[in-house]
Amino acid sequence: MIKRKLEELFFKILMILATIVVVGSFFLIVGTIFVKGIPFMNLDMITKTPGGGFYIGKEGGVLNAIIGSLYIAGGATVLGLVISIPVAFFINLYMKGRRITSDIIRLAFDVLFGIPSIVYGAFGFLIMVYFGIRASLLGGIIAVTLLIIPVLVRTLDEVIRTVPGELRDAALSLGATRWETAKVVLRQIKPGIYTAILLAFGRGIGDVASVLFTAGFSDNIPTSLHEPAATLPLAIFFQLGSPVEEVQGRAYASALILTILVLIITVLSEVMIKKFSKHKI
Amino acid sequence: MRFLKDKIISKLMLVFTLASVSLIVVIGVGLYYRSIPILHQSSWHNLLTKSDWKPLKGLFGFYPFIMGTLWVTGIAIIIALPLCVLTSFYLVEYAHPKIKQILIPFVNLLSGIPPVIFGVWGVLFIVPFIQSSIAPHFVEFSTGYSVLAGGIVLAIMIFPLIVSILNEVLTTIPQELKDASLALGTTKWETIKKVIIRKAAPGIVAAAVLAISRAFGETIAVLMVCGNNAVVPHSVFDPGYPLPALIANNYGEMLSIPLYDSALMFAALLLFIIILLFNILSRIILTRLERNLTA
Repeated sequence: MIKRKLEELFFKILMILATIVVVGSFFLIVGTIFVKGIPFMNLDMITKTPGGGFYIGKEGGVLNAIIGSLYIAGGATVLGLVISIPVAFFINLYMKGRRITSDIIRLAFDVLFGIPSIVYGAFGFLIMVYFGIRASLLGGIIAVTLLIIPVLVRTLDEVIRTVPGELRDAALSLGATRWETAKVVLRQIKPGIYTAILLAFGRGIGDVASVLFTAGFSDNIPTSLHEPAATLPLAIFFQLGSPVEEVQGRAYASALILTILVLIITVLSEVMIKKFSKHKI
Repeated sequence: MRFLKDKIISKLMLVFTLASVSLIVVIGVGLYYRSIPILHQSSWHNLLTKSDWKPLKGLFGFYPFIMGTLWVTGIAIIIALPLCVLTSFYLVEYAHPKIKQILIPFVNLLSGIPPVIFGVWGVLFIVPFIQSSIAPHFVEFSTGYSVLAGGIVLAIMIFPLIVSILNEVLTTIPQELKDASLALGTTKWETIKKVIIRKAAPGIVAAAVLAISRAFGETIAVLMVCGNNAVVPHSVFDPGYPLPALIANNYGEMLSIPLYDSALMFAALLLFIIILLFNILSRIILTRLERNLTA
C-alpha cells in the first residue's frame, strides 16, 4: 500500500515539475528578452529609420522594419480574410450533408497549416519568378497570405461550427437563401472573426522564413507595393549577426519590440476567445 | 434574383475553396518542376546519400543536411514528448480547474512567440549555457552552437503544439472509464498508467508525429543556434546544418551558381513531401480517435 502511495506521489511531483518546465520556459524566454532588450531600448528605435552608418553602430532606429512588418502582416490578413471567410462558409453551410468531402477539405487545410513557412517562402519565390515580380512588399504579402490562409480557415471553421444548427435552420425555414443565412451567422461569429484576425496577424508579423526570399530588405519605409520592405524579424536576424556590439544591442531591443507586439496580440485574442465562449448561446 | 445571387456566390465560394485546397498540389508540382534539372544530373538516391556539398563544382549531396535535420528533430522530440505528456496528465487529471485556467493561457502565449525570438533567446541563453556549463563535462571544447542547442530551442517551440493536442485527446476520454477504474480502488496514477495511456496512445503518437513535422520545417530559430556546418554531426555538441537552414542561408547566391537554385528547391521539395506525409498520417489518427471516443 505504501509503495503504491509513494509511486503516486513520485509521479505527481514529476508531473508538477514537467508543468513548471513547460510553463516556466515562457517566462524564461520573455524574461531574457526583456532583461537584454531594455538597456538598449530608446525612443529613436521606434521613431527613426536607419541613419547613415546605422549598421556600424551609428544613430537610427528600426521604424522601417516595424512599418514594413505591419504593412505585410496587415495586407496579408486582409487578403487572407477575403479568401478564408467564403471558404469557411462554404465548408459549413454549402457542404451540408456531404460529410466526406468536407472532411477531406478540412484535412487539406490541416495539412496546409502544417507546411512550414520556408516552403511557403520558396513557393512564393517561384510564383514571383514566374510572374516576374521582384522582391517587394507585394511579394511578401503574397507569401504571408499563403501562410496564414490555413490559420484563418481553421479558426473560422471552428467558430462557425459552434453556432447552433437551430439558428441556421430557423433562418433557412423563414425562406432565406444560404447566402442570407450566412449573413445571419456572420453577425453571430463576429468576435470569432476578430480572434482569427489576431491569430493570423500574429503569425504573419513574426514569421521570417516566408518573407526572406520574397520581401527583400530596405532601410526606407516602402511607399508602393513594388518596393522592397524590411520586416522586424528579419531586422533582428541581420542585426544579431553583426560583430558590432551596438548593433547587437539593437537586435535585442528590436526583439523586445516584436515580443511586446506579439504578446499584446496574443493576449487580445485570448480575451476575445473567452468573450466569445461567454456569449455563445 | 435572390436565388441567382445565392447561386453565383455559391460558385464563387467553390472556386475559392478549390483554389486553396489545390494549393497543396500546386506547391508540390511547382517545387518538383524546379527540381527537375538537379534530378536530371543526379538520381534521388545519390542526392540523398552523398555527403559532398560543393555547389561550385556541381556536387550536391544532401546527406549531412538530412542528418542535421534528424539530429535536431530527434533531440527536440526526446526532450519535449515526456515533458508534455506529464504536463498534460497534470493539467487534465490533477490540476484544480482554477490552476488550469491560469496555466493554459501561458502555454498559448508560448505558441504565439515568433521563431526569431526563440532564436535570439537561444543565442543569448542556451548557447552560452551549453558552452560553459554542459559541454565541458563531456567534450573538450564546444562553441555551444550545436545540434543540442537547436534541439532544446525546438523542443520548447513544440511544447504548446503537443500540450494542446494532448489536452484535447485526454479530455475526450470518457469520464466513466476513469471513474470505473478509480472505483476499483486504484490511485490516480494507476488509472493513468493502466487505462488512460492505453486509450490515449494513438493520440500521443499523432501529437508526436505532428510535432516532429513541425520541428522538421522550423527554419530561423534552428539556423541561429545550430552552427551551420555542412558535416554529419557525431555528438550532440557538434554543429549541424538542417535542411531549412540550408535553404534560408543560401537564397542570396542561388541564382548565380548553376543548378544551385534547383538544388535548394529540391531541398524544399524534400521537406514538403516528408511533412505532407507526416501531417496526413497524424491527422487521420486524430480524426479516427476522436470518432472512436465520442461514438
